[in-house]
Amino acid sequence: MAPPSNATVLQRSMRLVCNDRFKIVRLIKAALTAPLLASLAGCKMVVMSPAGDVAAQQRDLILLATGLMLLIIVPVIALTLFFAWKYRASNTAATYDPTWRHSTRLEMAIWGAPLAIILVLGSVTWATSHTLDPYRPLDRVAPNRPVPAGVKPLEVDVVALDWKWLFIYPELGVATVNELAAPVDRPIEFKITASSVMNSFYVPALAGQIYAMPGMQTQLHAVINKPGVYDGFSANYSGAGFSGMRFKFKGMAPADFDRWVADNRSAGAPLTRAGYLALERPSMDDPVRRYASVDPALFLDIVERCAEPGQVCKGQTMRRAAAASRALASATRVLCSTDRRSLPPRPVSQAPLQY
Amino acid sequence: MPNSSELTKFIFGRLTWDALPLHEPILLVTFAAVAIGGLTVLGLITRYKLWGYLWREWFTSVDHKKIGIMYVILALVMLLRGFADALMMRGQQAMSFGASHGYLPPHHYDQVFTAHGVIMIFFVAMPLVTGLMNFVVPMQIGARDVSFPFLNNFSFWMTVGGAVTVMMSLFVGEFARTGWLAYPPLSGLAFSPDVGVDYYIWSLQIAGVGTLLSGVNLIATIVKMRAPGMTLMKMPVFTWTALCTNVLIVASFPVLTAVLALLSLDRYMGTNFFTNDLGGDPMMYVNLIWIWGHPEVYILILPAFGVFSEVVSTFSGKPLFGYTSMVYATVAITVASYLVWLHHFFTMGSGADVNAFFGITTMIISIPTGAKIFNWLFTMYRGRVRFELPMLWTIGFMVTFVIGGMTGVLLAVPPADFVLHNSLFLIAHFHNVIIGGVVFGMFAGITYWFPKAFGFKLDPFWGKMSFWCWLVGFYLAFMPLYVLGLMGVTRRLSHFDDPSLRIWFVIAALGAVIILMGIVSFIVQIAVSIMRREELRDLTGDPWDGRTLEWSTASPPPDYNFAFTPVIHDQDAWSDMKARGYQRPVAGFIPIHMPRNTGAGAILAGISVAVGVGLIWHMWWLAAGGLVAIIAVAIGHSFNQDRDFHIPVEDVIRAEGARTEVLRSVA
Repeated sequence: MAPPSNATVLQRSMRLVCNDRFKIVRLIKAALTAPLLASLAGCKMVVMSPAGDVAAQQRDLILLATGLMLLIIVPVIALTLFFAWKYRASNTAATYDPTWRHSTRLEMAIWGAPLAIILVLGSVTWATSHTLDPYRPLDRVAPNRPVPAGVKPLEVDVVALDWKWLFIYPELGVATVNELAAPVDRPIEFKITASSVMNSFYVPALAGQIYAMPGMQTQLHAVINKPGVYDGFSANYSGAGFSGMRFKFKGMAPADFDRWVADNRSAGAPLTRAGYLALERPSMDDPVRRYASVDPALFLDIVERCAEPGQVCKGQTMRRAAAASRALASATRVLCSTDRRSLPPRPVSQAPLQY
Repeated sequence: MPNSSELTKFIFGRLTWDALPLHEPILLVTFAAVAIGGLTVLGLITRYKLWGYLWREWFTSVDHKKIGIMYVILALVMLLRGFADALMMRGQQAMSFGASHGYLPPHHYDQVFTAHGVIMIFFVAMPLVTGLMNFVVPMQIGARDVSFPFLNNFSFWMTVGGAVTVMMSLFVGEFARTGWLAYPPLSGLAFSPDVGVDYYIWSLQIAGVGTLLSGVNLIATIVKMRAPGMTLMKMPVFTWTALCTNVLIVASFPVLTAVLALLSLDRYMGTNFFTNDLGGDPMMYVNLIWIWGHPEVYILILPAFGVFSEVVSTFSGKPLFGYTSMVYATVAITVASYLVWLHHFFTMGSGADVNAFFGITTMIISIPTGAKIFNWLFTMYRGRVRFELPMLWTIGFMVTFVIGGMTGVLLAVPPADFVLHNSLFLIAHFHNVIIGGVVFGMFAGITYWFPKAFGFKLDPFWGKMSFWCWLVGFYLAFMPLYVLGLMGVTRRLSHFDDPSLRIWFVIAALGAVIILMGIVSFIVQIAVSIMRREELRDLTGDPWDGRTLEWSTASPPPDYNFAFTPVIHDQDAWSDMKARGYQRPVAGFIPIHMPRNTGAGAILAGISVAVGVGLIWHMWWLAAGGLVAIIAVAIGHSFNQDRDFHIPVEDVIRAEGARTEVLRSVA
């Protein structure tokens, strides 16, 4: 058996530490959500009731953190109102101590109380920042359901365009615009970039967001647990067509997903370079498009900013720049060392030359 | 004729008739209203022959009190503009569902939300904060003015210059469509080729000069000009927060200046600092702008904390609880505010270690902040709390701000931020701390020090109207945004598909209208107070039983603030003086050395605006000529030897004698 990765160890220890706390979470969750849901009946708080395991853990974290902080916020608000009322000027029965300005014990408490909360919350933050790191491959698809051995995540390459989303399925060879689908309970690995400006890829029911940035590739690991149609959109303003930059994310039973892939294969045309360059041009409120096949090098070239023929890929520019600077450095070294050797020994009073 | 068109292009750059919004009815109506209002004001000033008075006594004044008041007036005028933007957004979002696209097309809406953010932060909150510090700090430390009085006047006019530039974009050309921090690549030349981002850059650069110089000025003032005996640990807490804020200004605004300069190099010179290609790195911009941007929020909130400290102690009739820990908390926040900037972009793919580090540093700031809240709380404990207007704002703040603090700490948990970043939850959070903290603090400060500035209190009825409208309006306007954020609604959208969201936007719009009533009540309050000034008159100079030195002088204070520099023995110097039976000196006056007014600041700022216009519209002759003119005027001013004068001793005797009479009549 391979040694567990650091992240797994962390997660396990976190789970040990938090086993009790999870009970608290459930309590807090019940206490918080019941009245909330009652008062907000009819409004769909997707962040509070997601359909994917990652988003569900993020929801739990929100409830835990909120609960922890309410331990201090509620007394503060209550005390503010109470003190203001009790020590109102007209209440001459209340004690008035016009010189009282210091109490070491009280000061310890008022620094200590927030410190204690932040110690707990800080530890939770450290642990969950690692377990819920979007770059970390999933090790479970749901509570107590580890990823079955041999199941590889479904890779989806995401490109934010002006103002629509392109989804490429490299293993399946298909692509879509403004529609995303995935089988339930199978980990998904998103690789995300953008063609022109910054966007943010966000399906609230599935998992937290991550930015889509030109010339860069970000990653997100997630899993959807319930079949359904969910909203996805850009969560970072990107210009005139931003409001319409929405898509549907479909969680599907595996058989339905296979059918969806087959439909794309039969219904769509191939996505060629020329086709991509036409698609890349700004447009708003685009319909769903399907592509039966995709140029396999397209996504990487988009990341490297050389999708258009004739453009130099970023990696190549950097390699060239690195080679040039290495050449320059070695030339300088040669030049300097010869200089030093050819120079007569410097008198001590002379300021040293800086190379 | 190619020659004449080339000449036109040389003279006007890219400014053409198309830049005037003749085809946009909303802007035309706005323009008409502003023009009529402006002409009325100008006409009235001319009718009553006030130009000479305004120029001599106000515009050229180097008196820190007058400059402080002018900052606050600027902020209140700009508040009307920024709030009009807010109402437009609330209206658009409440209307634009399904088939309806509201009344603002994206082209216009995107300018509105950008302008709202820029104006509210740079031209409302900043001038309010700077204005209060200017007015209060020298008096709190027993000084007669700031260290560099001319620089102070110049700083103010540069801030006005920035505000004028922003306002110009409303009617000539357009403003940026990028969001208030103008992230590239969107703000780069490739995606924003028009003048909007240039208006953004140059208005902030012009105002930034003023902000930075006023920061230098106030640091020097606080460090060098405290009255004898006032050691650092005897300084009033507001002065402490002012010191920390100005340290933050001086350390962070150059970063903003530099990052905007790099962006303008990209836009004007074809460099590639933040472009997508040729090695440009847009994320570098995001890092740099937030290295300025996060300290900026503490620049705004720390002086508000200072106001609350003064108010809560005055109106509880007790010294501040835990002065020392309050000071250390302020300093801790100052330092820590530099260690948290990355929490604004957890979602840009930093590693788990980096995200966790910045998440935890952010939470750590809540410890000193929490301690401050408790300090105010225990200042009320065993006090005699008087619910005058400043105290109402303070209690409103304490209840509201902790909610914003809680949601802020929640956003500091990176995995929680992944689902809340850029959502309306975030919008609700920062309005919760900026309205509940900064705005309430500034209103507390204005109502608290207004009698000091003008010699009469503000009308309490309209003040209470204003307070309750703001408070209720705030909750109505922003609690729905928390809900919408949890429903997965992101910011800066101008159209929605899901009709179930609509009710929340309608409630929020209603809240905005109630806040509007709060703003109107505030204006009515000023007007009513001026009309009722004889009833509201305070002759003592100390209407609240104040604790700090500014309450020891007359209201309004004489130009020289203090005929004799006070000697300080304890914290809450004025309380201490009163308790020890202080006798105001009535003889032995000497002439007082004072700085002389100068128009150089206003002139330099005016030329700076011209340079900005030249750069924005590519009228290179104007930009180059203006730069030369700035240097010439600055050199010319350095030869102005007529910089100071002595207030004759007879004048001092007359003023102080009158005060003695007044005090006797009150007693």
